[in-house]
Amino acid sequence: MDWFPLYNSIRIAAISTVIIFFLGIFAAYYIAKTPRLVKGVLDVILTLPLVLPPTVVGYLLLRVLGPKRVIGAWFLRAFDLKLTMTWWSAIFATTVVIFPLMYRTARGAFESFDETLAYSAQSLGLSNTYIFWRIRMPYCRQGILAGTVLAFARALGEYGATSMICGYTPGRTATISTTVYQLWRTNDDAAAFRWVLVNLTISFVVLLAVNMLEKRSRKGGA
Amino acid sequence: MSVFVDIEKTLGSFHLKVRFEAGNETLALLGASGSGKSMTLKCIAGIEKPDRGRIVVDDVVLFDSEKHINLPPQQRHTGLMFQNYALFPNMTVLQNIRAGASREPDKRKREAAVTAIMDSFGLTPLAGHLPSQLSGGQQQRTALARILVSNPRILLLDEPFSALDNHLRFRLEQEVRRIIGEFGKTVLLVSHDRDEVFRLSDSIAIVDDGKIDAFGTKAEVFANPHTRKGAMLTGCKNISHLEMLEAGKAWATDWDMELEIPGLTPETGAVGIRMHDIRPGPGRNGFRCRVVEEIENPFSYTIMLQSVSSAAGSCPIGWEMEKAVWNRLRAPEIGVCLPPESLLLLKE
Repeated sequence: MDWFPLYNSIRIAAISTVIIFFLGIFAAYYIAKTPRLVKGVLDVILTLPLVLPPTVVGYLLLRVLGPKRVIGAWFLRAFDLKLTMTWWSAIFATTVVIFPLMYRTARGAFESFDETLAYSAQSLGLSNTYIFWRIRMPYCRQGILAGTVLAFARALGEYGATSMICGYTPGRTATISTTVYQLWRTNDDAAAFRWVLVNLTISFVVLLAVNMLEKRSRKGGA
Repeated sequence: MSVFVDIEKTLGSFHLKVRFEAGNETLALLGASGSGKSMTLKCIAGIEKPDRGRIVVDDVVLFDSEKHINLPPQQRHTGLMFQNYALFPNMTVLQNIRAGASREPDKRKREAAVTAIMDSFGLTPLAGHLPSQLSGGQQQRTALARILVSNPRILLLDEPFSALDNHLRFRLEQEVRRIIGEFGKTVLLVSHDRDEVFRLSDSIAIVDDGKIDAFGTKAEVFANPHTRKGAMLTGCKNISHLEMLEAGKAWATDWDMELEIPGLTPETGAVGIRMHDIRPGPGRNGFRCRVVEEIENPFSYTIMLQSVSSAAGSCPIGWEMEKAVWNRLRAPEIGVCLPPESLLLLKE
């Protein structure tokens, strides 16, 4: 069995999760401070990928990143770089799709933060950076951890936008989800089933890990 | 003068406008919730920004709207303690106190200060505990140690005892009084509890609806709380609206009693008398009263009285006395007097 789709799926999901971890958290942190109207508008725009069909996300991405479109064409001209149909093109798709998951869970976590902790820390002379990383983030770690794992799991299973932006090339752009579809389409039921089992195992392990992490952090005293 | 505050801030329909100064003493801001007392502390600490005004602590200008000075909270050196103590939940007692000492650049000095304060607060055995594993009293002690190790120029205590059980409160109050005494600089205490305020502070400012109604030493403020709200906050339970009659006399409309009141001014709109200031027997402002209700407290009685000549439905006056006294006086009708010198003249 060729394990490339597993390796590819995991690296795509891992990279996009790292990107979204920071992007989602900073968006959540700064947008929570904006005036209500701005917050409302940004909230809708940033949550949109959650409710849009992944094919629509894929279509929109191709509209900007495709070799004949604005950004895609510019990269092709300037760097001789094609933004679509490579393994890392899928990162664009997964990043957009999982962003709302991270953003929303992080915002929920930040909203539950007790601001008096930050105020006390400030008057004790602690810097805002220290407060963010050493007080706010640990306080919100459960929500942020849940969001991160959820985003990773979702990225791992992304199919629609991914298949549109990087297609299916065995050994190059194939991911678990596109492989399952391809194998099923070509009537290779046994192989498709093997990949389904792989996918189930990963999801199981991920969810188990979340539960164990949550238990441990509870034992440590929240 | 060690603290000078003169600020204004509008938040929606609420308007805060306070001005006070205090030396190296404990000044209590006594007010109901939402009166603006906590907001005042937050403005001094730099968490809230006043719209206009000036805040000076120990000759350092923290805020001056005209000169565009607005120091960040980190540079104000104000020791702010919230009613929930705001201990960092993910850090141990030791780490919390270390966080308070972060301004000291020299590591050895910092550790020495942390060790010293933990010793003197009896926190050394609790060094490895998380805040969630501490009792309310230990949490308060940790919070105070964390603040004091940061060398504040002023202590700002926001309802320091409201999160504690009653029996703990009294003991911790003594502890805080000792700490305040050793601190030796200005302490601003925000509270709605008149007993606590009276025991802990030197001066009192009564804050109501964003402004200071009365300000002075605690004896002055309790003797003359100026306004109806002030009288209520200092624990006066008998208050009646007044209508002026001839010179020196007024009609207490709620009680339906005509009273002789020295020092009446056109501004006087209400009168108050503390429950323990009522005297038995005839005298000036004497009335024959019906006992409407007899309320038994743990160590005293509160007797609700209505003048026999007053209209039905008029508001009864509460009179509090020791049990033995009432056991001696007990009768369905009794003569009492409201000594003129005990009456509080109040603005409405």
